[in-house]
Amino acid sequence: MSVQDTLLRAAAITKRYPGTTALDAVDFTLRRGSVHVLIGENGAGKSTLVRILAGVELPTSGHLEMDGHELRLASTRDADSHGIGIIYQELSLFPNLTVVENIFLGRELTRGRLLVDRSAQERLARELLQRLEQDIDIHAAVGTLPLGRQQIVEICRALARDVRVLLMDEPTSALSPGEIHVLFRVIRELKAAGVGIVYISHKLEELMEIGDEVTVLRDGRRVAAAELAAVDVNWIIENMTGRRWEPPPQQEVSGGAPALLRVAGLSVPGRVHDASFHVAAGEVVGIYGLMGAGRTELLEALAGVRPASAGEIRLDGQRLDRQPVWERIARGVALSPEDRQSAGLVPTFSLGENMTLASLARHSRRGCLSAAAERGSTLDLISKLHIKSTGPRQPITALSGGNQQKAVIAKCLLTSPRVLLMDEPSRGVDVGARSEIFEIARRLAAGGMAILFSSSDLHEVLTLADRVLVMAGGRITASFARRQFTEQALVAAASAKPGGLHDRT
Amino acid sequence: MTERDHALNAAPAARRIPVAELFFRLRALLALLVLVAVFSALSPAFLSSGNLVILIKHVAINAILAVGMTFVILTGGIDLSVGSVAGLAGIVAGGLISVGLPLPVFGVAVYFQVWLVVLIAVLAGTAVGALNGVLITRFSVAPFIATLGTMYVARGAALLISNGATFPNLFGRPDLGNTGFPWLGAGRILMVPVPIWLMVILGAAGAFVAARTPFGRRIYAIGGNERAAQLSGVRVNRVKLAAYMISGCCASVVGLVLASQLVAAHPATGETFELNAIAAVVLGGTSLMGGRGSVGGSIAGAFVIGVLADGLVLLGVSQFWQIVIKGVVIVVAVLLDQMQKRFSWRETSA
Repeated sequence: MSVQDTLLRAAAITKRYPGTTALDAVDFTLRRGSVHVLIGENGAGKSTLVRILAGVELPTSGHLEMDGHELRLASTRDADSHGIGIIYQELSLFPNLTVVENIFLGRELTRGRLLVDRSAQERLARELLQRLEQDIDIHAAVGTLPLGRQQIVEICRALARDVRVLLMDEPTSALSPGEIHVLFRVIRELKAAGVGIVYISHKLEELMEIGDEVTVLRDGRRVAAAELAAVDVNWIIENMTGRRWEPPPQQEVSGGAPALLRVAGLSVPGRVHDASFHVAAGEVVGIYGLMGAGRTELLEALAGVRPASAGEIRLDGQRLDRQPVWERIARGVALSPEDRQSAGLVPTFSLGENMTLASLARHSRRGCLSAAAERGSTLDLISKLHIKSTGPRQPITALSGGNQQKAVIAKCLLTSPRVLLMDEPSRGVDVGARSEIFEIARRLAAGGMAILFSSSDLHEVLTLADRVLVMAGGRITASFARRQFTEQALVAAASAKPGGLHDRT
Repeated sequence: MTERDHALNAAPAARRIPVAELFFRLRALLALLVLVAVFSALSPAFLSSGNLVILIKHVAINAILAVGMTFVILTGGIDLSVGSVAGLAGIVAGGLISVGLPLPVFGVAVYFQVWLVVLIAVLAGTAVGALNGVLITRFSVAPFIATLGTMYVARGAALLISNGATFPNLFGRPDLGNTGFPWLGAGRILMVPVPIWLMVILGAAGAFVAARTPFGRRIYAIGGNERAAQLSGVRVNRVKLAAYMISGCCASVVGLVLASQLVAAHPATGETFELNAIAAVVLGGTSLMGGRGSVGGSIAGAFVIGVLADGLVLLGVSQFWQIVIKGVVIVVAVLLDQMQKRFSWRETSA
C-alpha cells in the first residue's frame, strides 16, 4: 500500500466513557477507492469508531489524518465539509418531511443564498433514485414509506453530494436482497470514482462479497487486519471471538423435563410472527438472530413490556399473556433488558438501590424499607456474582459495563424468578465478565431455573445454550438441539428468508 | 499524560469530592444559615421571637406546597395547579361554612361540622390532583399542559362557586354547630401556631415517605429512569397518580390555612403560589428532570425564600428590588444544580 493511497487515517484513537473504554488505541487506515470492512461483536467499538470518523464524537486521545493532514472533527458539519458522509444504522430521517426535503436537509440547494431551489433539488433527487433503481415518490413523507425504502432515502442523502469517504453502519439491515444488489452496484461505482468506504455489517457473506480489507475489533482493541481476499470466514470468527471454536462438552439434558414456560402462536404486530416454543426448568435456551430479527420484541412480549396481538404464554400451565409486568414478575418471570442504560438501570440510584428495585416489597417491614434487609441481600449477591464495587452504596454509573450487567441480573434474581429472560446479556461487557455471566447462567439453570437468552453473537450461543432457536424476519426459522449446532447451520437459518422454515428437533 | 487524563484519573481528588458534594447537597441549608447570619447582623429585629413566628408562619404556606410539589417533580413532572387548588379548597370550605351545601330539590341547605368541612375541602383538592394524574398517565398529556389546564379549571370553579365574591366571617354559627374554623390559622398547640405544626407534620411525613418507603423509592426510580422502573415491576401510572394526589392534598391544606387565617375565603387566593413552590423545590436541590432531591431540601428552600423576603423588608429594600433578587437567587440555584451534575459526572468517571 503506497502512502498516496491513504485517504483517511485514524491513529491510536482512544475513547473513554464513564465506566468503560470503548476504544483503546485503535489504528485504522482507509484507502482511496476501497471498501474497508469493520467487524466485531456487539460492543466491540465499531459504532464508536464510526461516530468519531463522522465527527459525532471527539476521541479522548489520538488523532485523524486526511490526505496526510491532521484533521479535527468537532461536529458532523466539519466532517461534512471534508467530504465525509455517513449512513446510520438507526435511521436518522425526519418522518414528517418529504423525500426531497430529507435528502437535502441542512444543505439545501439555493438560489441567491436565501431561496431553496426546489426544481434543482427535485431533479437531483430523481437522478439519485434512478441510479438506485428505485421508484419512490419524492414528495411522499418519509414516515409513510416502508423501512427498506427509508433506508434507500438515507443512502440518497449521503450520495446527494460529493463524498470522498462514506461510512456505512449496517446499511443493509432493512434492505431486501434485490435492494442490496443495487446498493452493492452503487458501492462499486463509488469505489471506481475513488471514494473510500467504511462498511459495518454482521452479515459475513455480505462482507466477503463487497469488502477489500477487514479490520477486526474486539473489546475496543484492533485485534487483526487483513486483505479480505487472503482470509476466510473462520479467520474472522476466530478473531472476533478471540478463540478457536470448539464444541462445548456434552452435557446430557434430561430430555423428559417438563416445559416450564410454554409459548404458542405469540405475535407482536410487525415484529414477531407466530412464535411457538417451550423452555424446561433447568434448561438454557438461546435465541440467535441478526439485528432486527425480532429477538428483543419476543422477550419483551414475554415480560409484558410489549403488547402481544395474539398467542398464549403459560408458566407451569397458568396463563400469563394478559398479566401486567409486575404481576409476571410476581409469578416468576424476570427480564434483563438489552439496553442497560435506557431500560435496565436507574442512573441516579446506587448499586444497591438498583438491585432491590424490583423486589421492594420483600425488603420492607411493615410498609417501610428495611435498610438491614436491603444491605443483606445486596451484599450477598455482590459477593455471589462477583460484582466489583466499593459496596452497595456506590453510584451505579461508576461501575464498568460488565458489573452493571451483573447488577441488572442481580435485580432479576432478587425477585426469585422461575424463568429468567436475558436479552443480549453480554452487550457492552468485557470478555472476563462475559464468561462470568455465562457461568452464573449455567449455575442458575443447574439450580432449576429456566433461562431464555438472546444473542447476535454466534460464539455466545454456541457456548451457553442447551438448545438454540433461530429467528429471522420475526419468525422462528429453526430450532437446534445441542448436538446439532454448527456455525454454518445457525448462520444459514438466521439469514433465511421467512417462509423457508425448517425444524430439526 | 494529557491534562484530560489527569482529570479522568482523579484518584487523589477522590477525598475532596465528597466535601464538595456535601456542600452542593446542603446548599439550601447553607444559604439559609448565611442569610440568617447576615440579616440578624444587619437588623436587630430579625431574630426577635415575634418576627420569627410571623416569618415561619409565612414560610409554612410555601413549605407545605413544596412538600407535595417535591413528589411530583421527583417523578419528572410539574404541578402548576397548586395555587388554584388552594383557592378552590378555601372557597369550598368557606362556602360550606357560610352558606352550607344547598339542596334545591328540598329547598334546604345542609351545614356540616368543621372537621367534615375540612375533610371535604381536602378531598376536593385531592380530586383535582387525581384529575391531573389521570390526564398525565392515562391520556399521556404532558404534565405542564395538564396542570396548566386544571390550574384554570380549578380557578374557574372557585369563581363559579362563590360567584366571584368573598365568603367573609367564617367564624361559623353556634346554632349550626360549625364554629372553630379560625383555629386552623390562628390556634396554637404548646405555644406553637397550628400552621407551623402542619408544616412540621407534613414535612416529616413527606420526608419519611420519600426516603424510607417502597413508594418513595419508586417515585425516585420513575424520575431516574421511567422505563427501567416499569420493567422492574413498578406500577408507574399508579405511583404518578399518587404523587399528583399528594400535591393536590397539600395544596388544599394550604388553601384551608389561608382561609382560616383571614377568616374569609377569596376565590383569587393562591395565584402564583405554584411558582413559589417550584422555586422552593428547585432551591432545595431537587432536579426538574426528576430522580434527584429531597423533601427536606424543599423545606429549606422555602425557608430561603421566606427569610430573604422577610429580611429584605426589614432592611427596607425596595419591593421591586426584592422581586429582582428573588429571581436571581432562583437562577443561581439552577446554575448550582448544573454544577452538581458536572461534579457527579467527574466522580463517576474517576
